Amino acid sequence: MSHSSAIAKRVRTTESPAVRWLLTAIALGFMALFLVLPLAAVFVEALKAGWSAYWDALKEPDALAAIRLTLITAAIAVPLNLVFGVAAAWCIAKFEFKGKAFLTTLIDLPFSVSPVVAGLIYVLVFGAQGWLGPWLAEHDIKIVFAVPGIVLATVFVTFPFIARELIPLMQAQGSDEEQAAQVLGATGWQTFWRVTLPNIKWGLIYGVILCNARAMGEFGAVSVVSGHIRGQTNTMPLHVEILYNEYQGQAAFAVASLLALLAIVTLVIKTAVEWQHEREMKATAELPPERPAS
Amino acid sequence: MQITSAQKHFFWLFFCVLCETFASSASGIQGIENMSIEIRHVTKHFGSFRALNDVSLDIASGELVALLGPSGCGKTTLLRIIAGLESADAGSILFSGADTTDVHVRERQVGFVFQHYALFRHMTVAENVAFGLRVKPRRERPSDAQIKAKVHELLSLVQLDWLADRYPSQLSGGQRQRIALARALAVQPKVLLLDEPFGALDAKVRKELRRWLRRLHDELHVTSIFVTHDQEEALEVADRVVVMNKGHIEQVGTPQEVWEQPASPFVYGFLGDVNLFKGRASGGQLQVGDWQIAAPEHADALDAEAMAFVRPSDLAVAPYVAGAPGLAARLDRALLVGPMARLELTPREHPGQILEAHLPSDEFRRLGVKEGDTVSVSPRKARVFLETADDPAAMI
Repeated sequence: MSHSSAIAKRVRTTESPAVRWLLTAIALGFMALFLVLPLAAVFVEALKAGWSAYWDALKEPDALAAIRLTLITAAIAVPLNLVFGVAAAWCIAKFEFKGKAFLTTLIDLPFSVSPVVAGLIYVLVFGAQGWLGPWLAEHDIKIVFAVPGIVLATVFVTFPFIARELIPLMQAQGSDEEQAAQVLGATGWQTFWRVTLPNIKWGLIYGVILCNARAMGEFGAVSVVSGHIRGQTNTMPLHVEILYNEYQGQAAFAVASLLALLAIVTLVIKTAVEWQHEREMKATAELPPERPAS
Repeated sequence: MQITSAQKHFFWLFFCVLCETFASSASGIQGIENMSIEIRHVTKHFGSFRALNDVSLDIASGELVALLGPSGCGKTTLLRIIAGLESADAGSILFSGADTTDVHVRERQVGFVFQHYALFRHMTVAENVAFGLRVKPRRERPSDAQIKAKVHELLSLVQLDWLADRYPSQLSGGQRQRIALARALAVQPKVLLLDEPFGALDAKVRKELRRWLRRLHDELHVTSIFVTHDQEEALEVADRVVVMNKGHIEQVGTPQEVWEQPASPFVYGFLGDVNLFKGRASGGQLQVGDWQIAAPEHADALDAEAMAFVRPSDLAVAPYVAGAPGLAARLDRALLVGPMARLELTPREHPGQILEAHLPSDEFRRLGVKEGDTVSVSPRKARVFLETADDPAAMI
């Protein structure tokens, strides 16, 4: 075998340069058209009238109220789903019981149901004409067209994110370590805090990031239950829509840019988390397995 | 995972270091309190599968017992029930006479070494070993300094103190195994339970660790039970071997007893290679074709279906002489690797059967036969079992 024939063989194992360039160009072009361009458009449109106009659009009381409501909603929905998600994943991954497949399907339900339908469910149950409507009205409890409804709808829509992230991870890890902890005398809590939680740490952080992003960005379900009361029940995505419908393009894009910024920050955090995780893995990579000569 | 010469070295040095450890140790691993175990009529089902069927067994204090059997025989289930990781459907487990059936696993004071070690992957080796001490209730928990000293002592015991700051993923299989053992010993267990302790290791490390475990046990004298499917391992390491099959105990005895006097066809077949001859037993004789095997223990059998078990090393091979007693067979293959010659033979009368015979290589050379020749085989020693309702031959 001569040197040149070895090289010729290696070249044949991959596609020709033209094909490689074409595929790369298609991928990059697609990304530019559908991801980079819209994102750039948001910021360009938002800043079209200058920084002061941008700033005014954000300072406007209704915009501030929308930002506040979005933050409150996420602050309630994410911790709730954190607890639910960990509990559900723990159940499904570590125990065998009847109806496990059903529970798994149920967790996925919010993914498969249209957000509008999710919102309608709450209107049907808690609305004035809904099942519990009269009782709620009697006791002066407002759920639909108020903050509780928005939180409920958001919790529903973002429910699967953390559980879905954790189930495969916990299933792969098995329950040997938990059993080992129990044999060594650890209580249930100690086992959870010292063994289970550290093992799922990265998956959990990742799930929380995704859950938070969706909680802040949810439109459909929230739109149905919100009632669009300006300054009261408008979240950021709803506020953007209202502004846009009122031909306040610049203001709409200014608020939208905040959401886009959130998405970017989320991605940065996610990348940082993954990078940190990888670094930790690398730190535990191969070291000489032998006793050092002394 | 390689055993280096340095590591080999320390296996041999192990005793000296161990003695030193004990001499210098104040907190004292030798303070392990001992415990006998009684297993009373334990039954366990998984769905419709019967994993254990009325199993009873006594284990004396300080004994090292092997639960031996094929996969699915219930040995691991039994071990997990003793540990409290599973609960029995019926029956009870007594530790030193006290019923522990309803005692929670964390109160049982057992050390359990998992098949795949189950080391805490996010903790260093030292943190792993310290875990059992750190989770103790505050009033029982030793001080940080005491824990540190204890961890160091245990890591020295398993000869891995230099790995204290590593993570489990950085260790070889054999090292993980020993760390898992150190972690289990940290809480001064009264019983040590090991699930396939050498199952995930390669043959060489396995052998070294086997010897190591035996020595460790001789020093610590903690009542220990280990599960294995490897008969060689069980026979080499254990004081007593419990042979299990299909959820019940086939035989309990010292390694020598179970090897020399297998109680059932299953034990015979499971503990090493065996040749099987089927025939009919009558008046203390087993008739196999035109060939007879003495079976004095079945003197009162009357034309009963029976089988003779003959170990390959108990099968005598001689050059064929027409008319002489013995079974004529063709020598198909002779493996001459090592000190024993392993022969594969096909009986002339039963071409479907393959017989195995082992004899010293020198002796085989003296016979002067080669592959393809016809030889005469006869058993020097045989064990005859009458056939029972369920076909024992199928179990082998």
